[in-house]
Amino acid sequence: MEENHGSTKLYVMGFVLSLILTVIPLWLVVQHVFAKGMLTIVITAIAVGQLLIQLFCFMHIKDGEKPRYHAIALVLGAVIVFTIVAGSIWIMTFNSQVH
Amino acid sequence: MGEKSKGFFVTGDPLIYGADVAIIVTLLGIIIFLTVFKKWGWLWKEWFTTVDHKRIGIMYLVSSLLMLFRGGVDALLMRLQLAAPNTHFLTSQHYNEIFTTHGTIMILFMAMPFMFALFNIVIPLQIGARDVAYPFLNALSFWLFFFGALLFNLSFVVGGSPDAGWLSYPPLSEIAGSPGPGQNFYIWGIQISGIGSLATGINFLVTILKMRAPGMKLMKMPLFSWSVLSSCITIIFAFPVLTVTLALLFVDRYLGAHIFTADSGNPMMYVNLIWMWGHPEVYIVVLPAFGIYSEIVSTFSKKKIFGYKSMVFSMMIISILGYFTWVHHFFTMGAGADVNTFFAITTMAIGIPTGVKIFNWLFTMFRGRITISQPMLWTIAFIPCFVVGGATGVMLAIAPADYQYHNSYFLIAHFHQTLIGGVVFGYLAGLYYWWPKMFGFKLNERLGKWAFWTWNIGFYVCFMPQYALGFMGMTRRVYTYGWDMGWAPFNMVSTVGAFLMGIGFIFQAWQILYSIKNGEKDVTGDPWNGRTLEWSIPSPAPLYNFAVIPEVKHDDDWWETKKAMADSQYKKEPPQYEPIHMPKQSGIPFIMSACWFVVGFGFTFGWSYVGLAGLLGVGLCLLARSFQQETDYYIPVDEVRKTEASLGRVG
Ligand code: HEM
Ligand SMILES: [Cu+2]
Repeated sequence: MEENHGSTKLYVMGFVLSLILTVIPLWLVVQHVFAKGMLTIVITAIAVGQLLIQLFCFMHIKDGEKPRYHAIALVLGAVIVFTIVAGSIWIMTFNSQVH
Repeated sequence: MGEKSKGFFVTGDPLIYGADVAIIVTLLGIIIFLTVFKKWGWLWKEWFTTVDHKRIGIMYLVSSLLMLFRGGVDALLMRLQLAAPNTHFLTSQHYNEIFTTHGTIMILFMAMPFMFALFNIVIPLQIGARDVAYPFLNALSFWLFFFGALLFNLSFVVGGSPDAGWLSYPPLSEIAGSPGPGQNFYIWGIQISGIGSLATGINFLVTILKMRAPGMKLMKMPLFSWSVLSSCITIIFAFPVLTVTLALLFVDRYLGAHIFTADSGNPMMYVNLIWMWGHPEVYIVVLPAFGIYSEIVSTFSKKKIFGYKSMVFSMMIISILGYFTWVHHFFTMGAGADVNTFFAITTMAIGIPTGVKIFNWLFTMFRGRITISQPMLWTIAFIPCFVVGGATGVMLAIAPADYQYHNSYFLIAHFHQTLIGGVVFGYLAGLYYWWPKMFGFKLNERLGKWAFWTWNIGFYVCFMPQYALGFMGMTRRVYTYGWDMGWAPFNMVSTVGAFLMGIGFIFQAWQILYSIKNGEKDVTGDPWNGRTLEWSIPSPAPLYNFAVIPEVKHDDDWWETKKAMADSQYKKEPPQYEPIHMPKQSGIPFIMSACWFVVGFGFTFGWSYVGLAGLLGVGLCLLARSFQQETDYYIPVDEVRKTEASLGRVG
C-alpha cells in the first residue's frame, strides 16, 4: 500500500488556511464591516474557498490510481450541493412573495 | 440554560417510578451476574474491544432488538391511551414525550442499527473479504451509536424526555418552547450516533468498492451488496445535512442565536433542511431491505434473480432520486404551485423504479421451485403490504390532495405501512435468513410461524383502520378525543392490532431463547442451499472468514461452484494457505465514545466544563490512536489449518 498521502507541509498549510478563512468571516460579522448584501457575498466566496482547501489539501482529489471514481463522486457531490443551495433558495423565496 | 422546570430526576408519575425500579433491578442483575461468573474480563476482551465485523454486527443486533422493545412499549402506551375516548391513562405532556421518543428510537436507534447489524454480518462474507475496509472505525461507529442511544434513553430517568416530535420542529424545540434538557438529549444523542452512521456509510462504501474478492466485478456482485452500496451513497450525502441542522438548532438553544426562532429567525428553514435528510433517510433504511428480499426470493425460488441489471439500476436511481423529493413532507407550507408541482412529480417518479423491483421479484418467483421457509414468508408478506404503502404514498404525493391528508392518521398509516411492511419485515426476513450464518443454528419454525401470523394480522388490524380515521379527520399527535367524533370503534380495533404485534414480538423473543437451546444445528454452513459466497464458509464463520480468498467467476458464484462440484469430473485442489493479515483489537473506540457521552451529557445540562472535559478526552483518544504503530498482526498458516480442520473443512 505505497500510496501518496500528501506531505506534512500540505496538511499544515491547509490547516492554517482553513483557520484564517474561518476567522475572517467571523470578524466581518462581529465588526459589522459590510452591509448585509455584501456580507453574504463575501462569506459565500470564503466558504467556497474553504471547500477547495478541503478538497485539495485534505482529500487528495488530485492523486489516487482511479481518478474516475473521483470524477463521479465530485460530479455527484456538486449536483447535490447545487440541489441543496438552489433548491432551498427556490423553496424559501415564498417568504418574500406577496400573496 | 433557561429555567429548569423539573429537578434532575424525573418524578411524579407512577409509571416512571415503576420503570425506574425495573431499570435498577435489571442493571443490578447484570452487574451481579457478570461479577459472580467473573465475566467482566471476557466482556472487555471479547466484545468491548473487538474490531471483528461479525461481533460488531451481533452487538448492533442486540442493541436494536432492545430498542425495538422500548419503542414498542412506547407504541403500546400510546395505543392504550387512544383506545377509547376521554381516557386519562396518560397526560398530554406524557403523551407528547412518548410519541417523540417512539419515533426517534424506531428510526435512529432501532432501524439504523438493525440495518448496520446486517451490513456487518453479511457484507464482508458476501463479497469474499476478511473484514471491512476500516475495522477500527467500524468499532468506533458502533460505540458512538451505543453511547448516543444510551444518552437519548437516559432522558427517561434524568432531566426529562424530549417532547417536540421525532423531527423536533422549531419554534417549539427552541429554548422558549422547550426550556428543559429534553431537547438537548435529543440533539446530542442523535449527533453522537450520527457521526457513527456517517462513518459506517463511508466504511461500507469503501469496503464494497475496494475489497471484493478477485473476479467479482461490480456487475457480478450480489444484490444485497448493491443495495448496501446505494444506501451508503445516500447516507454520505444525507447525514451531514442532519448534523449541520441539529448543530444550528443547538447554537440557537445554547448560545442564544436566532437561526430558527420565530421572532427573528426562520423556523421553516429548519423544516426544509431536516427533510433534506429525512426523506433520503427513509430510502437509506428501505434500500437494504430491498436487497434482502432479492437474495431471499432468488434463493428460495432456486432461480437467478429476474432482471438483475434493472434491479441494480433501479436501486441506484432510487438512491439519487430520493434526494430530490423532500418538499413532499411540507407541501402545506405553501411554497407555491411551481415548487409543489416539481416535487410532486419527482416523488411520483420514485414509484417507477420501485414498481420495477416489485415485478422483478414476482417474475423471479414465477415458475420457480418455491420453498416457503421463514425468510420467504416475510418476503411474500412484504410485497402486497409495500404495494399498498407505495400507492398511498403516491396519493400523498398529489400536492393539492395532501392538504387534506397531511398530518392526519392517513399519513401515519402510510409510513407505518412502508416502514413496518417494508423495512421491519425486510430486516426480520434477513435476520431469519442469516441467523444460521451468525450462530450456527436455525430459528425454530413453529414459533416463527406464530410470530409471523400475529405480526401480520396485527399489522393490518392496527393500520387499516387508521387510513379511515385519517379520512374521518383524526389528526396525528392528538392525545385524546371525544365520543362525538365517531372515532372510537376504529381506534379500539387499531389498539387490538397493536397488541397483536406486541404478541408477535414476544413470540420472537421466545423463539430466540427456545432455539438457543433446541435450535436445529447447521453443520454445512449452507442451510438454505444458498447462491452467494457467505454460504461457502462454515457457520459461524471463523475469525478470518475465508481461509483462502475465493476466485469469483460467475454471478451467484457459490451456486455455480456447487454445480461444478456435483460433477464427477470435479477435482478439488488442495488449498494453499498463507498467513492471514488481521487488525488488532483496541479499547480506544469504547473509551473515545464514552468521552463523547460525557460531552453530550455535559452540554445537555449546560455544564460546559463537563462537556469540555469530555472533548479533551476525545482529543486524547485521537492522539493516542495516531501514535499506535502496531495495529495489525498475522495469523500463522498452522493456526489456519488447525481451525479449518476443527470446522470440518479438511484441506
Ligand atoms: C413510492 C413510494 C413513496 C411515496 C410516493 C411516498 C410519499 C410520501 C409523502 C408524499 C409523504 C408526506 C405526506 C404528508 O406529510 O402529508 C410521505 C410521508 C412519509 N413517508 Fe412516504 N412515500 C413513499 C415511500 C416511503 C417509504 C419507502 C418509506 C419508509 C421506508 C416512507 C416513509 C415515510 C415517512 C416516515 C413519512 C412521514 C414522516 C413524518 O411526517 O413524520 N415512505 N411519504
Ligand atoms: Cu419522503
